[in-house]
Amino acid sequence: MDLAFTKEEQAFRQEVRSFLRDNVPPDTRRKLVEGRHLSKDEMVTWWRILNKKGWGVSHWPKQYGGTGWTSVQHYIFNEELQSYPAPQPLAFGVSMVGPVIYTFGNEEQKKQYLPRIANVDDWWCQGFSEPGSGSDLASLKTKAERKGDKWIINGQKTWTTLAQHADMIFCLCRTDPSAKKQMGISFIVFSMKSKGVTVRPIQTIDGGAEVNEVFFDDVEVPIENLIGEENKGWDYAKFLLGNERTGIARVGVSKERLRRIRDLAGKVESGGKPIIQDAAFREKLAACEIELKALELTQLRVVADEGKHGKGKPNPASSVLKIKGSEIQQTTTELLMEVIGPFAAPYDVHGDDGSNEAMDWTAQIAPSYFNNRKVSIYGGSNEIQRNIIAKAVLGL
Amino acid sequence: MDFDLNEEQRLLKESIDGLLTDSYDFESRKKYMKEKGGWSKTVWLKLAEQGLLGLPFAEADGGFGGGGVETMIVMEALGKALVLEPYLATVVIGGGFLRHAGTDAQKTAHVPAIIDGSKTLAFAQLEKNSRYDLFDVTTTAKKKGDGWVIDGEKFVVLNGENADTLVVTARTKGDRRDKAGIGVFLVPADAKGVSKKGYPTQDGLHAADITFTGVEVGPDAVLGNPEDSLALIERVVDEARIALCAEAVGLMDESLKTTVEYIKTRKQFGVPIGSFQSLQHRASDMFVAAEQARSMSMFATMAGDFENVQERSNAVAAAKVQIGKSLKFVGQQAIQLHGGIGMTMEAKIGHYFKRLTMIENSFGDTDYHQRRVADGGGLI
Repeated sequence: MDLAFTKEEQAFRQEVRSFLRDNVPPDTRRKLVEGRHLSKDEMVTWWRILNKKGWGVSHWPKQYGGTGWTSVQHYIFNEELQSYPAPQPLAFGVSMVGPVIYTFGNEEQKKQYLPRIANVDDWWCQGFSEPGSGSDLASLKTKAERKGDKWIINGQKTWTTLAQHADMIFCLCRTDPSAKKQMGISFIVFSMKSKGVTVRPIQTIDGGAEVNEVFFDDVEVPIENLIGEENKGWDYAKFLLGNERTGIARVGVSKERLRRIRDLAGKVESGGKPIIQDAAFREKLAACEIELKALELTQLRVVADEGKHGKGKPNPASSVLKIKGSEIQQTTTELLMEVIGPFAAPYDVHGDDGSNEAMDWTAQIAPSYFNNRKVSIYGGSNEIQRNIIAKAVLGL
Repeated sequence: MDFDLNEEQRLLKESIDGLLTDSYDFESRKKYMKEKGGWSKTVWLKLAEQGLLGLPFAEADGGFGGGGVETMIVMEALGKALVLEPYLATVVIGGGFLRHAGTDAQKTAHVPAIIDGSKTLAFAQLEKNSRYDLFDVTTTAKKKGDGWVIDGEKFVVLNGENADTLVVTARTKGDRRDKAGIGVFLVPADAKGVSKKGYPTQDGLHAADITFTGVEVGPDAVLGNPEDSLALIERVVDEARIALCAEAVGLMDESLKTTVEYIKTRKQFGVPIGSFQSLQHRASDMFVAAEQARSMSMFATMAGDFENVQERSNAVAAAKVQIGKSLKFVGQQAIQLHGGIGMTMEAKIGHYFKRLTMIENSFGDTDYHQRRVADGGGLI
């Protein structure tokens, strides 16, 4: 057992850190620190900088543009991105559909899609959840019917994150209505500009609209847009969801937020002195930091395990990451709410136009608290995660 | 970055797990508890035979030169089997003082006898009002000729009734809560003026309250600097805390395993109660708590070698907080999920709960260590 990073790993961390310092647009960083939403341009600009450096799809196999890094290097890279902070690569393209295409797609599809994913020439979104299919995803109803050389797609997806920016969607569609529910699903990709696709934003409790409803009304999709085999889509979906085990803890994000809390708590006064001097607050902050340290170590155990024994058999500890990671993210946003106290209230109607300087740093804190309630719901709700632990780990 | 055991460590784990599987089932434990002092000399000698009592000592002193990871392996195994024998008091704490501060003569006098199992030690540190502050010492050691005279009272000294040698913290200078002026002394348990009142503890171990009245010891009784040994005490107690974290992980693992087995077999309403989602989720949360504890136990183990003392003590404090929170949850829920049977002395789960509970209140509880982390500037 050895906790220390090697000299090479430490040097790598420095390399990533200085690259971020020199290349992340300052305004992008500031907005992330303040919990603001970035524009499509801001995100794409940064991702292209990253891709130019060769780090856009770092965990892909080398022949598709990956880096060949060790699992520890990937961990370090992610942590540095999260804690700088800089936008992480667009998960829907880079972590989700990309690996499905290079693992199950044909040569033509790899050539057509992978480089465009890496450079975000196409913005991808995920067509999984439906109004009647949340945790019970396999009950999905969106239908793809084969008609000549086309799929005809009808149905509705929901919670489609950033679909308003999307050029492409990867979609789970029912292709065999007579099969048992997991068996009749296919993985089909198509353009969001297709005729019959309608995107309607959903306003969420934070005041934003990063998720959408997407409607398909007789959408015609070329037959070759099926990825892998027909009716095997559920397997690809499981592959996709199991692919990213360690990023989900978002340790770097919580670290960055805790540093911000400590910083703000040294400035905001309570009882005539900075709130950090209040013992009760300080202990709450310490409690959260300790939980995060434990999570970081749990994550490192999983990372080290993957590095040594491959990704084949997941370390049972990996199922802790989603539950604890989301709980801690939520706690950090609670602590921020506590720091700003009554200034949580003003609603920032002006957005980020600079017209209300006093609100610059407080305005996004309540929305961020509201928004972060999602992290224990998405990606398999924490209750589903507990079902998984009970079944897969404890054998109940 | 590596969390795996190496080959030698794996063998060590197999050997102690094997020994305890053979000689430490729950029924045997009940018998050992009735032996003199509340633990089994036979088992102790078996531990000695396998070299476990010499594990952390340098090879030059007759030991095996084991580090923190080796101690972690042993403590986890001892926890799993709910072992009564005084490994913590003798090898980890007593041995720790000798390793870090013992002169050659002191090591010669004590280490071989620890390694071969013929002597055990006890750490006489807690006082009536000191609670968890290691520097809060009123027991005095006054210079007399070459030697020292010790006066004072110590409480809840684990293995205190049985030990051959007591490691005693005493003030040589200054006032009750001064950080300077504290020394550590090796006192023969049968020295004139030592009086002991022994009793069993809640978790089935044995402890004693010990009064020192004009106890005279020679110059060779002093471990380290008699006027400035707080750093030494903190170091050894940090090692004890790390060991307790590992023991707690072993206890939690076994508690979770026993509980999951129980809810798989216990039937109500015609089905195993483990098929109910509310119980499944509780068990999952116990798993999460135990894994977080394991991570922090490993962290603390590795932090034991940190050169920066503040970083070390912060890390150990953080680990003790996580372990304290996890053990409370796992321990309480293990009883809850067992239902009525969990309330009985007959079922082993309650004994795990009791040992876990006592660990929380040893060498600083969760609140105490959380405050230390908070006041030490946090962890991030």
